[in-house]
Amino acid sequence: MSARNIAVAAALAALVISLAFVPSVANGYQLSLAINIMNYTVLATAWTLFSGPTRYVSLATVAFFGIGAYTVAVLGEVLAWPLVLLVAFAIGFVLSLIVGLSTLRLSGVYFVIFTFGLAELVRQFVTWYEVNVTRTLGRYVFVDITTEQIYWQLLALAVVVFASGYLIQRSKLGLALRVIGDDEAVARHVGINTTHAKVVLFAFSASFMTLAGAVMAPRWTYIDPAIAFNPVVSFQVLIMALLGGVHRLYGPVFGVIPLVMLFEVLLAKFPNHFSIMVGIAFLLIVYAIPRGIVGLIEGAQLSLSRMKGA
Amino acid sequence: MSAPLLSVSGLTRRFGGLVAVDGVTLEIHPGEIVGLLGPNGSGKTTVLNLISGALKSDAGSVSLRGRALEKLPAFKIAREGVARTFQLVRVLGSMTCKENVVAGLAFGAKSRWGAEADAAAENLLTRVGLGTRANVMTSELTYIDQKRLELARALAMQPELLLLDEWLAGLNPTELRDGIELVRSLRAEGRTILMVEHVMDAIRSLCDRCYVMNAGKKIAEGTPKDVLAHPEVIRAYLGDADA
Repeated sequence: MSARNIAVAAALAALVISLAFVPSVANGYQLSLAINIMNYTVLATAWTLFSGPTRYVSLATVAFFGIGAYTVAVLGEVLAWPLVLLVAFAIGFVLSLIVGLSTLRLSGVYFVIFTFGLAELVRQFVTWYEVNVTRTLGRYVFVDITTEQIYWQLLALAVVVFASGYLIQRSKLGLALRVIGDDEAVARHVGINTTHAKVVLFAFSASFMTLAGAVMAPRWTYIDPAIAFNPVVSFQVLIMALLGGVHRLYGPVFGVIPLVMLFEVLLAKFPNHFSIMVGIAFLLIVYAIPRGIVGLIEGAQLSLSRMKGA
Repeated sequence: MSAPLLSVSGLTRRFGGLVAVDGVTLEIHPGEIVGLLGPNGSGKTTVLNLISGALKSDAGSVSLRGRALEKLPAFKIAREGVARTFQLVRVLGSMTCKENVVAGLAFGAKSRWGAEADAAAENLLTRVGLGTRANVMTSELTYIDQKRLELARALAMQPELLLLDEWLAGLNPTELRDGIELVRSLRAEGRTILMVEHVMDAIRSLCDRCYVMNAGKKIAEGTPKDVLAHPEVIRAYLGDADA
């Protein structure tokens, strides 16, 4: 390991440790904001793990997130908390394998529409089940988890997501996905099992989203399908990832922080026009900064170094 | 004569009512450079797509050293030892030249990765004349250099059979001379090549044998000199004398 790598690793460790102390200095509102940021960091980074290199735009984020939340609502009082999380992870993994195997042959806009449809399908199915079988649409989430614990779990999950992303990027799987993103025909002809590579990564990405949903569930004391499977979440994750930049693992963070703040303000000031405002933000971002904030910074650095060189 | 490396028999592919490839049979022996010629739309590229698994055949068989390929997906055919270039050059646009070649090294039957792959990639880039451009983004390459890079990526797979789809098309005379030299140097390494080509100079100077197709069917085979003088071939390209 070079001196620079050691310095980066030390800085990251210091960052994680100082983030762990946020609950002891923050007031209630600030902690809730930090939880929001951490939650969307996990979701947007997990989204980028798969959609960044492959360029397959998924709108199924909330399908997996909601399934995680529902796992807690159903099993939260039955099993010990670590087991609940394990079950949520397993459900997310198995479901995403099935979804991946059946859909990742689709490409482009067909994949986008399918994933959006999937989230709606899951929501309608849960609604149908609750109405016809349990006879009550909503569920109460009674688990003994404090707000601070939610924050720490999200922080730990974020560390795991970043570490996995880092390892995947440096692996053959990471290269395979970039080749697929550039040209799927070339990928097949250099010997890449494209279906296998896509499904494995989709499953990892989706399982992390499911875990995030499970960890976040105790934030609500009451959930129903409209809350747990709110499609706006999928779109917000997409905008955040695009704003930050999807060609770097740390890119989405740069989109998550400003947009969580922005949405917070919009929800407070324009509760009735929130969706329109989100739509406008989406348009501006895609139009003005297609490569994201990280892309902007890298572009500026490049032209600066060229100016110096000239 | 040695056993053939590639045997294609009765290969057929239809697109709707059009029979793009109609019962084509051909053999390639180890170390040969074989040309596949014919007018535009005669089915040459479709034959390459069928051999490499980009398309599935409707009938017929393809075997490499006796192993059946026609039912395998493209990535398995690649791992069996068939590498290809594309008619419209296809480099990986978001990557450097070296990464493009590593993509060819990493996933084949003889997979290489890490420092070993980096070294091998640099050797291959030097081999095709891109030695100084390892860390250049592919989007900055000229057309001929993109073609060189595509060839390096195909060679990275250490293929038993290399399929070149009009690899020499669209080059200016100087580039063409370099390109022909490069393919000839592959012959010296003992590579086996099936090339779809229109450039007659290249065919005459490189190919041991040729197959000629027209309207999906094989109409002639033999040495370049013989097939180019074959009446059926002249008719395919120029039409009948009384037409």
